[in-house]
Amino acid sequence: MQIAVLAGFALAILVPFLSRWCGSRTGLVLALYPAAIACWLVSLAPQVLQSGGLYFEQAWAPSLGLSLSFWLDGLSLLFGLLISGIGTLIILYASGYLYNHPQLARFYVLILSFMSSMLGVVMADGLMTLFVFWELTSITSYLLIGFNHEDAAARKSALQGLLVTFTGGLALMSGLILLNVAGSSWSLQTLLSDGESLREHALYLPMLLCLLGGAFTKSAQFPFHFWLPNAMAAPTPVSAYLHSATMVKAGIYLMARLQPGLGGTEAWMTILCVIGAITMVVGAFLALRFTGIKKVLAYSTVMALGTLTMLLGIGGEAAMIAFVTFLTAHSLYKGALFMVAGALDHETGTKDIDEMGGLRRLMPITATCAFVAALSLGGVIPLFGFVAKELMFEAVLEAPRYTGFLIGMSLLASVLVVAAAGIVALRPFFGALKATPKTPHEAPLSMLAGPCVLAGLSLVLGFMPWLAGDGLLNAAAGAVMGAEVVTDLYLWHGLNTALMMSMISLGVGLLVCWRWPGVRGVIHRFSPVLDRGPEAGYWKLMDLLVRVAGWQTRLLQSGYMRNYLILTLLSFTGLTGYTLLVRHGPVFDLALDVRLQEVVVALVIAASAIVACMMRSRLAAVAAAGVMGFGIALIFLLFSAPDLAITQLLIETLTVILLILVLFRMPQFASLSTPMERVRDMFVAVMTGGLMTLLMLTVLGQDLFTSISEYMIDNSVPLGHGHNIVNVILVDFRALDTLGEIFVLSLAAIGVLAMLRLQAKERKMP
Amino acid sequence: MKTGTLILSVAARTLVPLQILFSLFLLLRGHDEPGGGFIAGLVVAGAFALHQFVNGPAATRRLLRVDPRDCVGFGLLLGVGSALPAWWQGEAFLTAQWWEVPGLGLKLSTPLIFDIGVYLVVLGAVLTAVITLSEVDKDEA
Amino acid sequence: MEPIMAVVIGVIYAAAIYMMLRRSIVKLVIGLILISNAANLLIFATAGMTRDAPPLIPMNGDPLGDVIADPLPQALVLTAIVIAFGVLSFAVVLIRRACQIVGVDDLDQMKENDT
Repeated sequence: MQIAVLAGFALAILVPFLSRWCGSRTGLVLALYPAAIACWLVSLAPQVLQSGGLYFEQAWAPSLGLSLSFWLDGLSLLFGLLISGIGTLIILYASGYLYNHPQLARFYVLILSFMSSMLGVVMADGLMTLFVFWELTSITSYLLIGFNHEDAAARKSALQGLLVTFTGGLALMSGLILLNVAGSSWSLQTLLSDGESLREHALYLPMLLCLLGGAFTKSAQFPFHFWLPNAMAAPTPVSAYLHSATMVKAGIYLMARLQPGLGGTEAWMTILCVIGAITMVVGAFLALRFTGIKKVLAYSTVMALGTLTMLLGIGGEAAMIAFVTFLTAHSLYKGALFMVAGALDHETGTKDIDEMGGLRRLMPITATCAFVAALSLGGVIPLFGFVAKELMFEAVLEAPRYTGFLIGMSLLASVLVVAAAGIVALRPFFGALKATPKTPHEAPLSMLAGPCVLAGLSLVLGFMPWLAGDGLLNAAAGAVMGAEVVTDLYLWHGLNTALMMSMISLGVGLLVCWRWPGVRGVIHRFSPVLDRGPEAGYWKLMDLLVRVAGWQTRLLQSGYMRNYLILTLLSFTGLTGYTLLVRHGPVFDLALDVRLQEVVVALVIAASAIVACMMRSRLAAVAAAGVMGFGIALIFLLFSAPDLAITQLLIETLTVILLILVLFRMPQFASLSTPMERVRDMFVAVMTGGLMTLLMLTVLGQDLFTSISEYMIDNSVPLGHGHNIVNVILVDFRALDTLGEIFVLSLAAIGVLAMLRLQAKERKMP
Repeated sequence: MKTGTLILSVAARTLVPLQILFSLFLLLRGHDEPGGGFIAGLVVAGAFALHQFVNGPAATRRLLRVDPRDCVGFGLLLGVGSALPAWWQGEAFLTAQWWEVPGLGLKLSTPLIFDIGVYLVVLGAVLTAVITLSEVDKDEA
Repeated sequence: MEPIMAVVIGVIYAAAIYMMLRRSIVKLVIGLILISNAANLLIFATAGMTRDAPPLIPMNGDPLGDVIADPLPQALVLTAIVIAFGVLSFAVVLIRRACQIVGVDDLDQMKENDT
């Protein structure tokens, strides 16, 4: 299974080569990947349906107890089939839609990576596996929305989508970690099997809120819905695939996945029902506000996502069956509609519904597909959408809580959706033929395959819902419920309340559709209110972020090295000193064992360091530093380090040579600081120096760990064949360190050379 | 640019060869007594720096024969090269290898090669800085 | 001896930092020299200071004394001294170049003349 999921990434790497070999047939070849996945899933289906889930695992980071584990059950199977099946059609479609696009290969790379990530999300069992793939879908979505990266609006929308979903991703990660803390496992399967203890855990509410934060942002629930319509800046195949059929359903998937473990509580029901219902109505209402065909579809997707959330919130067998049915139906008809929208845009050169009309005769196949899919969207008998809608109404009628509110909301939403469906399917195709930027004719075959198959499926499943219901949907609903479910789907439910509601919504909806321009005029009057929605808040937040960033950069990045140093040193002294005093206290081992000559040398070192600071002339300061260096060499010599003493002496000599060569070509010392500044600098310096003394005194008192020197002393002669242990360490025991150090030395030499030579050259060129 | 006084130049004439000789001595005995590549490299760099103060950078370059830059490169090559024989023997990178030169009782080893590499790098790095600096100074003067 | 060295090291650190906070860039170089010396001395002294017992194994095969100076910090400090010199030479050349371009020795003016 890992191979299946990761193959997409591998394939994505090969795309540039493939597109060179296969030319325009690349799409056909690449479509084999999702097709193969789909076949593979179908072949696994009987096993999954019988055993209730297949499990694959591979060690990932064993030290952290993490593994790359996958789990295929009914729900994953349903999602996997949707992803791979629609994916196949989308790749074919894209090869027509983006025919001869210069960056078609990049598109394939991204869409294949996305496909793999999405499969990873729905099949992940490990929480971290889930999270990684989840974020990968956000990233690929970002790149796909911004596919036309020369367009500023597309870039802006892409960034918006990314920020919203990433913020949610952060919430999701906190939620997953809380889940791990509460259930002490990284495996979803294990966690969900013990839902009782999760629901009663003290962390349940924060955990739920975090997880839902992730799911809501991803699935464009109110008030995060605004990024989805903006994401329509992407090429239409992307909108059809990511932003209606798959990625936006990742959040829905997550909620469905968690339902057996976390669902059914008061908080769960309230949040999901209310947010879902609001999203549903807001989405359907806003759909009528726009004339861009993709925007209308995007808002109707928001509506569908709201419906799905609401159904999950309601809970119970009926709602779960409605959930999986609605999910499938929506993927089918919305995929088809988006592809139709793409075909219209491709053939006419406009996305505005008002500019299209009478295309029925010019694009008969497209029109038929659009019509069928729109009927399914509107929930008209005998399509699969009708079955889904019926089930949805039935579930709402049986809802244990908020029944009245939910009924009202869903009725309102479905009225509006019927209107939207009518607008999309009827207006461009009927009425008088209008002049469009391009002369329209029927779309190429690759672009017709997708909508035909999907619309056809909507029709077939409408008449024979048991084809899907008995096996797949049953298993998926069971996985969401966490229990066995008997799904019995049929087209005709008899004359009942649900049917009545369907009929009412259909009638009113068509009326709204007919009077659409008028309705839009009314909505327009509310524009100032609508423009102050959550999206305005997003932009305000962005502005604020940029302003705060600018302010703090100006504050911290002053450009004066002095300020950086003072800040760093003061925080260092403050924090370390505080810890030292609190943890350790001023207890030192002050046993003194000194000889006179050593004290004299120490005094000379300290005095010359101070003198070096006070000198007005450079020569004197360099000389004082030199005296200090020789003093240190003496200390090395007195305390059994002959090698160090020699090295220090030699380096002191060379340093003086170097300074004479350089510094004496530079200006004299000038007295630049005010007395106040001097006092401040002295304070910082004394604080830091004092802290270093304290630290060293503290360290001296304790033996923290055994030194590895023993080993080196013992083995210097037997292993290193050397009697000077220091040298043996340098060239044998720790030779790799020394190798690194001579590299550093060489780099310094090259740097010096480059700087001086460069300068010499510049001078020669006046 | 001859900056040397008479005393300095006389002293340099005797001191420089002695220092070079001494540095070789330090380098070779470094494994058993205080000394080694770093120290020996610094001593010889000091010798050439002295020579340069007396006779000017051009003369020092002539004395050196090779560009100090090449010393750095060759030293690094020796350092890295000394790490490879261990691979030949199938041991970990940089593991010391010892060979006895037959008849003479001399020992040759990768640590010695490594130390010579260090010597050359130190010599080259210091002289690169010192010689180039005084050359640039002369150009500016 | 170590407590006295602790005080000495503190003094060198303080002097180094005071010099590094000055506006004159040449003083910064001297601060750099001081601070690298302070760090070397710190490593050396923290490991313990032992008299008259260099980490040399007698050539004639005599056993070592009970207490000898720790060779490891000595090896570390030895390379550190040489590296500090390398870094110093790079720094002074860099500063020399900066001064030539901007024409001043004052860090504050350098910032304003940002070219």
